[in-house]
Amino acid sequence: MIKVEYYLIISTLMFFIGIFGFITRKNMIAILISLELVLNAVEINFAAFNRYLYPHQLEGMFFTLFGIAITAAESAVALAIIINAYRSIGNININNMNKMKN
Amino acid sequence: MDFSNFLLMGQEIGLIVVFLLLFSYDIIGSEQSKNRWFHLIACIEFAILTIWGFVSPLPAGEAFGGMFVTSDLTVLMKNILNIATLIVFLQAYSWLNKENPVRRSEFFTITLVTLLGMYLMISAGNFMMLYIGMETASLPMACLAAFNKHKEKSAEAGVKYVLISALSSGIMLFGLSFLYGALGSFYFSDLTLNVVGEPLTILGFVFFLGGLGFKLSLVPFHLWTADVYEGAPTNVTAYLSVVSKGAAAFALIFVLYKVFGGIEVVWQHILWWLSVITITLGNLFAIRQTDIKRFFAFSSISQAGYILLGIIAGNAQGMEATVYFIFVYLFSNLAAFAVISAVEHASKGNTSIAAFNGLYNNNPKLALLMTFAVFSLGGIPPFAGFFSKFLIFMAAGSVGQYLLVFIALLNTVISLFYYLLIVKAMFIKKGESDAVAHFSSDIYNRISMLICLLGIFATGILWGVFSEQYF
Repeated sequence: MIKVEYYLIISTLMFFIGIFGFITRKNMIAILISLELVLNAVEINFAAFNRYLYPHQLEGMFFTLFGIAITAAESAVALAIIINAYRSIGNININNMNKMKN
Repeated sequence: MDFSNFLLMGQEIGLIVVFLLLFSYDIIGSEQSKNRWFHLIACIEFAILTIWGFVSPLPAGEAFGGMFVTSDLTVLMKNILNIATLIVFLQAYSWLNKENPVRRSEFFTITLVTLLGMYLMISAGNFMMLYIGMETASLPMACLAAFNKHKEKSAEAGVKYVLISALSSGIMLFGLSFLYGALGSFYFSDLTLNVVGEPLTILGFVFFLGGLGFKLSLVPFHLWTADVYEGAPTNVTAYLSVVSKGAAAFALIFVLYKVFGGIEVVWQHILWWLSVITITLGNLFAIRQTDIKRFFAFSSISQAGYILLGIIAGNAQGMEATVYFIFVYLFSNLAAFAVISAVEHASKGNTSIAAFNGLYNNNPKLALLMTFAVFSLGGIPPFAGFFSKFLIFMAAGSVGQYLLVFIALLNTVISLFYYLLIVKAMFIKKGESDAVAHFSSDIYNRISMLICLLGIFATGILWGVFSEQYF
């Protein structure tokens, strides 16, 4: 059986790749994809902890399910807002989001 | 299933009823009737809900197996949020009815949904509930920040808010997953027995605090605040700076006291540093702002630092001081925003501090209210802000944090300097030809100003009368 550590290594890697992408990416859709990586890493964590450490209960799995649903809602709202920004600014490059820089 | 559990959710159900009534009126009402009555009906319904929260005896207890917890204290916190939301609704009249009457109802319904999320955050007895409440509060809030569709600044504020809040909830969940790995439960009542200073628990706690720090805009996580506050519509900024921040602070109090009471030493140490840099940096950056909404963004960051000062005490006195501080902060900050939105509307969308030059000559009442508000925020004695700061300092002093209290006192002096910059602009600087001419604000905004004025003067004295009831 695969050990729990391997799941944790994968999820930690995914989490920090997501954070790195969030900081370095210039396209807002790519930033959103990085955010999905962060949230999915968390869900792997919940499922793995539940399966290996507390197999007699289901709380972690349920948290994963709720997390997936909320993440979907979050990307829907974020996409709508990005489209709104595209309409008023004309592109989705994060470098152009600088109207309030002084 | 036992449906009597729903009896404990009185305020939530009341809020949903108000939401449904407004929503159905929006669908079936004709345009003329909505133009005339919608704002009035919305404000009256919400005022009834607010008053009902105060007068009706709501039962205390746990519902749904400990998921949802309600007590006198949570009812009080929700009432505080209700008052603030009511004031924001009153202030929004000019903005909604003059600038975008078609989307008037959207503002009310979306705001009520965010408020429901905040209720759930406060009443959470389980981390899943806390997370769901937080997302219910922050996703519609992003839509509110992007409400002025055709303004670039508003679109930008929406983008920044939604991306940062999604990232912060991701970080918070990462911490929660470690807590779950270490302790095996999400229920506050189970966790509180098991939280000891294990490394995995502390790692989880630090990530969790980072996520919540974004919502409270504590300093290492504050970078979104200024831009979102400036770009969002003024009334939404008022809502963000008072209601959203207050709800996050209440949730933080409950989580720290109920769940992490066992590692008090750890979080007191973390919060010590957070509050010092939050107060100091918030104050220093506020000095050089030229936009009034940005200015109040940094002012609200430093106020969040004072909130932490009360939480650090870690006892009932600290909790009382924190709740009271937020209660007073609500009136002071919303009084300032009432004036800002009135001036912004009269000067065709100018939000720079220069728009306040010579305000006293043309609009003396507004200038006086603004002066009272910033004096209360700065903590000058006759106003309620003095009493709240005093209680916060006393709570922190009661656990021996004298150095922290000293730093906070020094910062109060700095904050007085920049608050007086506004007073100087209003009273001493002579406005040029572009000074805002004399105008009268609408009746709703006047009522909100009156409530805020009463709050600034009365809450300082009346708190002593009512505090025994709750603590």
